[in-house]
Amino acid sequence: MSNASLDAIAAKSDQPFPGAPNNWRRFFSFSTDHKVIGIQYMVTAFVFFLIGGLLAMVMRGELITPEADLVDRTVYNALFTMHGTIMLFMWTFPMLNGLSNYLVPLMIGARDMAFPRLNAAAFWLVPVFGTLLMASFFVPGGPSQSGWWAYPPVSLQNPTGNLINGQVLWLLAVALSGVSSIMGAVNFVTTIFRMRAPGMGWFRMPAFCWTVLSAQMIQLFGLPSLTAGAVMLLLDLTAGTSFFDPAKGGDPVLYQHFFWFYSHPAVYVIILPIFGTFSEVFPVYARKPLFGYRFVVVSSVIITVLSAMVWVHHMFASGTPSWMRMLFMFSTMLISVPTGVKVFAWVATVWGGKLRLDTPMLFALGGLVCFLFAGITGVMLGAVPFDIHVNNTYFVVGHFHYVIYGATVMGIYAAIYHWFPKMTGHMYYEGLGKLHFALTFIGVNLNFFPMHPLGLMGMPRRVSSYDPEFAYWNVIASLGGFLLGVSTLPFILNIVSSWVLGKRAPANPWNAIGLEWLIPSPPPVENFEEIPIVVSGPYGYGSNESLVSNNPAGELISEHS
Amino acid sequence: MTTPTTPKKPRSLSFRTVAQLVALAIADAAVSLWVGRQAYLWMPPQASAEAVLVDDLFGFLTTIGSFIFLGVTTALLYSVLFQRADKYDISDGPPVEGNLLVEILWTTIPLGLVIWIATYSYQIYDQMAILGPMEHMNHVPQLGLMPSAEAATLPAVPERTPIEVHVRQWAWEFHYPDQNIVSTELHLPVNERARLKLISEDVLHGFYVPAFRVKQDVIPGSTIDFGFMPIREGRYRLRDSDYSGTYFAANQGVVVVESEESYQQWLADAAAQPLTEADNRAFREFTKLGDRPISAGWKTVEPAPPPRVNFASSEEDSYE
Ligand code: HEM
Ligand SMILES: [Cu+2]
Repeated sequence: MSNASLDAIAAKSDQPFPGAPNNWRRFFSFSTDHKVIGIQYMVTAFVFFLIGGLLAMVMRGELITPEADLVDRTVYNALFTMHGTIMLFMWTFPMLNGLSNYLVPLMIGARDMAFPRLNAAAFWLVPVFGTLLMASFFVPGGPSQSGWWAYPPVSLQNPTGNLINGQVLWLLAVALSGVSSIMGAVNFVTTIFRMRAPGMGWFRMPAFCWTVLSAQMIQLFGLPSLTAGAVMLLLDLTAGTSFFDPAKGGDPVLYQHFFWFYSHPAVYVIILPIFGTFSEVFPVYARKPLFGYRFVVVSSVIITVLSAMVWVHHMFASGTPSWMRMLFMFSTMLISVPTGVKVFAWVATVWGGKLRLDTPMLFALGGLVCFLFAGITGVMLGAVPFDIHVNNTYFVVGHFHYVIYGATVMGIYAAIYHWFPKMTGHMYYEGLGKLHFALTFIGVNLNFFPMHPLGLMGMPRRVSSYDPEFAYWNVIASLGGFLLGVSTLPFILNIVSSWVLGKRAPANPWNAIGLEWLIPSPPPVENFEEIPIVVSGPYGYGSNESLVSNNPAGELISEHS
Repeated sequence: MTTPTTPKKPRSLSFRTVAQLVALAIADAAVSLWVGRQAYLWMPPQASAEAVLVDDLFGFLTTIGSFIFLGVTTALLYSVLFQRADKYDISDGPPVEGNLLVEILWTTIPLGLVIWIATYSYQIYDQMAILGPMEHMNHVPQLGLMPSAEAATLPAVPERTPIEVHVRQWAWEFHYPDQNIVSTELHLPVNERARLKLISEDVLHGFYVPAFRVKQDVIPGSTIDFGFMPIREGRYRLRDSDYSGTYFAANQGVVVVESEESYQQWLADAAAQPLTEADNRAFREFTKLGDRPISAGWKTVEPAPPPRVNFASSEEDSYE
């Protein structure tokens, strides 16, 4: 990218624009600074995480006894529908978008995202569709009760007869979330392609940016399918069409194809940036280069491609002919190869290093162990005969919670602690961080391990009551669930108090390598006084090379060694 | 504070290291084989020929899974315990960036493993001869190919008309066309391939008997042929596995597997019974007043009235 166009971008994204506040208030106002937007995303997402978590704890309260005795069955069904929807569309996606928004421009040496205004618009859609979704608690008939898949015909049943009902609001919110994600994806892909600092060739780009690129590519090809499915369902629900309504000759299984063609790849939109986080965190706290860097980044791209070819594994028990079952069994299992490459690379990175067990490292290690477990149960689920038994049981719920809470949420925490000093200019409290880790790790395993035996025994998911033989493991799971609720308290305490009172953070508190660590904490508006010229790869631990040849923001070059 | 800049040549492995690694791998394998055997205990009783096959597959998957999980976590744990930096040591570790041989190995080994697992799963699937919605019963005279001992030694399959399974929000109902019997309990003769026609009258439901390890979505608008082979007498739980709305959790039933004689006896007894109203939990809950949990008073799809059947079992009846 030429300097002239960089200057043009810099001029356009002049920030804060005239009259914009330059203190904490700017986080609540319209900003086009990717760092402000990143933090806006993350804070908004966290609020929804807490809401979704409270719903989950009511569910676990219901499931602590076999009978449906805490909440009405309709309420229970609304709870799990909203819990799943909030956690995916209002927490993980916005959270990871926020993180990527904050980090990608810094890591590739750019002054902002390619389209700052589009970036802001994509973010502001999040509170809009979030409000829409939450409003469904207050319409007659309550929120959608058809699960986060919204499979027809259940999702087409509308006992209130109202045109405005929970399901309609749900569909609108999901469609809007798709619009926001597409806007974000276009921005990320363009930014990574066009705005890398001079000298940052593809194989000098940090692994995190590779994973963001791969994840956002998935959004581009997958989302249209989800949106199409949602719009067709909306038409069936409100305009009397019959794409999916079997009573009128529609095909409910067609919806499942639309839905999973996106929603399987979507799990990689979630996990890829976490893979990226692991790849950034392990080298820093093991003080070694990322082992097999090229294998690691190329495997992200392979995952992106393969992710488009496995969706039918969610439908092994629906109307799926045998040849399809076998084909998708094989493609599903194939994904574990590039994934396994990454896992082994992280282990090799940690192995023989000089480990520092700071909070980010603890969360990354804990997340890796959970992911390993989930990957193994994932391959089991890919085996059709076994999946036929446990499909739609708690075994699946256990599998994906190990990924989504165990690996993803823990990975998010690793990232937050690791980059917290950079983002806020303050250090967090290590003791509280370690407490947070201990509670989370124990809580995850207590809550989600029992789901595997429950599934093997045959407990279906989404039930508000169950047979007494399932009581034992459910009690343990519920206690784990409450513990997870408690585990967020030290985190909130830590973040709030250290943001306000914490020790000032130096530019590079972890002695890490990376463009973001060469500039002050927090980074100034426009990030780099002078665009860095990159002269070496991203993980030169132990090799005494400098990362850049010039001297951005007047800091010492490559302070780490 | 600075580490050596000249990358060291990777040492070739000493005999001692190799011996240690082999010993560790053997220990890991031994533990994993043991865990794989335990896996059978985590499952419900093996009440069908399919269950035997699925459990073998699960035992195999558990063994391999344990081997990998134990191996990797042990390596991590060892690092965490013994490879920590001293408190004030901020120097870097060895600048090992990769090793082509290792990287190729750990790409090809998982690939081989995956092919192995997929092939084995395929063989199991083939033996199960599961009937999905796209295949028809008549296509399976290859029944004799079923290698499970039970199947191979069976007398010729008597030609029976498939039992119709009707499911709706929220009740299971079984119709025996030959005898014209309606029941809320599914009776099947042991050691004979069960033949069902699955019919949903409203939304998606799932036919799921954990003790049989079989499951099939019941899709409104199509009649689905389904078959499996019960091999153990007893009473088993039938569950709705595909979320079907408000009273989904209450949509359960009982499957009875019994000897040919008692099966015939049951058919005869049931045929002599007049139609009566069955017990139905969804309907009971819907109409019941009185102590209710926290309720928002949201409207719900009304449960269908309890089925009228020749033979009814209570939903509180026992099962294994
Ligand atoms: C080695 C990698 C993985 C494999 C082989 C795998 C395999 C599977 C399979 C076969 C299912 C369908 C099970 C069923 O419905 O019966 C499934 C479900 C699921 N997986 Fe994974 N998975 C893997 C990794 C992941 C990752 C990385 C995520 C998320 C970040 C994830 C999230 C989920 C979710 C959310 C579901 C359940 C969706 C639902 O039914 O609501 N999985 N997985
Ligand atoms: Cu999937």
